[in-house]
Amino acid sequence: MAETPVETDALIIGAGPIGLFAVFELGLVDIRAHVVDILDRPGGQCAELYPEKPIYDIPALPVVSGQELTDRLIEQSKPFAPQFHFGQIIETLTRCQDGRWLTVSDLGTRFLARVVVIAAGGGSFQPKRPPVPGIEAFEGRSVFYSIRRMDSFAGRRVLIVGGGDSALDWTLALQPVAEKVTLMHRREQFRGAPGTVARVMELAGQGKVDFRLGQVTGLHGHDGQLEAVAARGADGEFDIACDVLLPFLGLTMKLGPVIDWGLELEDGHIVVDVATFETSLPGIFAIGDINTYPGKLKLILSGFHEAALMAHHAHGIVFPGERLVFQYTTSSSSIHKKLGVA
Amino acid sequence: MPKVTYIDQDGARREVEAQVGETVMEAAVRNQVPGIEADCGGACACATCHVYVHADWTKVTGNASEMEEDMLDFAYDVRENSRLSCQLRVSEELDGLVVTTPERQF
Repeated sequence: MAETPVETDALIIGAGPIGLFAVFELGLVDIRAHVVDILDRPGGQCAELYPEKPIYDIPALPVVSGQELTDRLIEQSKPFAPQFHFGQIIETLTRCQDGRWLTVSDLGTRFLARVVVIAAGGGSFQPKRPPVPGIEAFEGRSVFYSIRRMDSFAGRRVLIVGGGDSALDWTLALQPVAEKVTLMHRREQFRGAPGTVARVMELAGQGKVDFRLGQVTGLHGHDGQLEAVAARGADGEFDIACDVLLPFLGLTMKLGPVIDWGLELEDGHIVVDVATFETSLPGIFAIGDINTYPGKLKLILSGFHEAALMAHHAHGIVFPGERLVFQYTTSSSSIHKKLGVA
Repeated sequence: MPKVTYIDQDGARREVEAQVGETVMEAAVRNQVPGIEADCGGACACATCHVYVHADWTKVTGNASEMEEDMLDFAYDVRENSRLSCQLRVSEELDGLVVTTPERQF
């Protein structure tokens, strides 16, 4: 792609709590950051897995929910105006002749960064695949985990699987477009918004949507084209004739493209130097759950510590030859100016 | 101490001594029982500690909560006796509990 790359001091991969705090720590030492995340909003696991669940081990916050922690970290990072790039994943990382790193996302966004901070937690969230042998052959052709163009389902028989908002919302959206929409879920209760559930059930009552209780067990078809999905429900095995399968079974974490970047790894984690949190590649840092070192604990508070040390070392790379004077946020007038509290 | 037995898909049985108050997931992780992943660390947020409770024990363990049922939607091959082991708390009453781990945790 010929687009001009986004030039930045730091590129942070992952907008979870540690990535967000890294914005703050880097900001204190005058390093501005762009942040990329595969989700469509900040918070990472805190927002995706347990937004409402309490966390009890954040220093000075006896109890805080995943969402509140995220909100507070965003508030704290605001003085440094991070620029977010959501819904994309960094696929490649290449070193340029001038020492900077060129990274490219799956959407084709290119970043040219002096330092790259990998704060990707347990990896990137990706849709769960129904554990059916041979499903790979159908993916992208008649099995889709996200929908880009609704009209591509016109005249087709669509089977939607799942019981959350995605499954319900797409049932409602595709019902007028597709030739036939079947919704399959393992039980009669749904996780989705009650209003949406009621509308789907109304359509089912009118015979406009087929609702089946069951779980996918197999796929029939050839050359990537589905003909039917085999399922099992309380009353035994059955087939649902369909051209398209849309599974909405939630997200799972996968380490993703990071493993191909030539970083030293140990048991699926990135090895770092504990003094700097730099990886085996110069200028590439890894902080939070994704890294490993002797004594590592996967705690949010450990990630915060790692972000601070990383930032101090990154300063030497972004501003070579400049001496970094260690300062406290409580008393430093130059920090107060940066935070807008002077 | 109550004993909990985990049977894997190949039929291998592993009996561990569980502590009253910990969860069946924690007892498994502490004793390195394979087949239970517990990605989220016990927050009932990932459905990777799915087990099938042996028929003799389903009455004692009771039913899944609404939150747990919601998470079970994300598990693989969910059955009548499916539970998330992070939501099963060990008590003296559960001494002898037998659970089977599924073919996969997604």
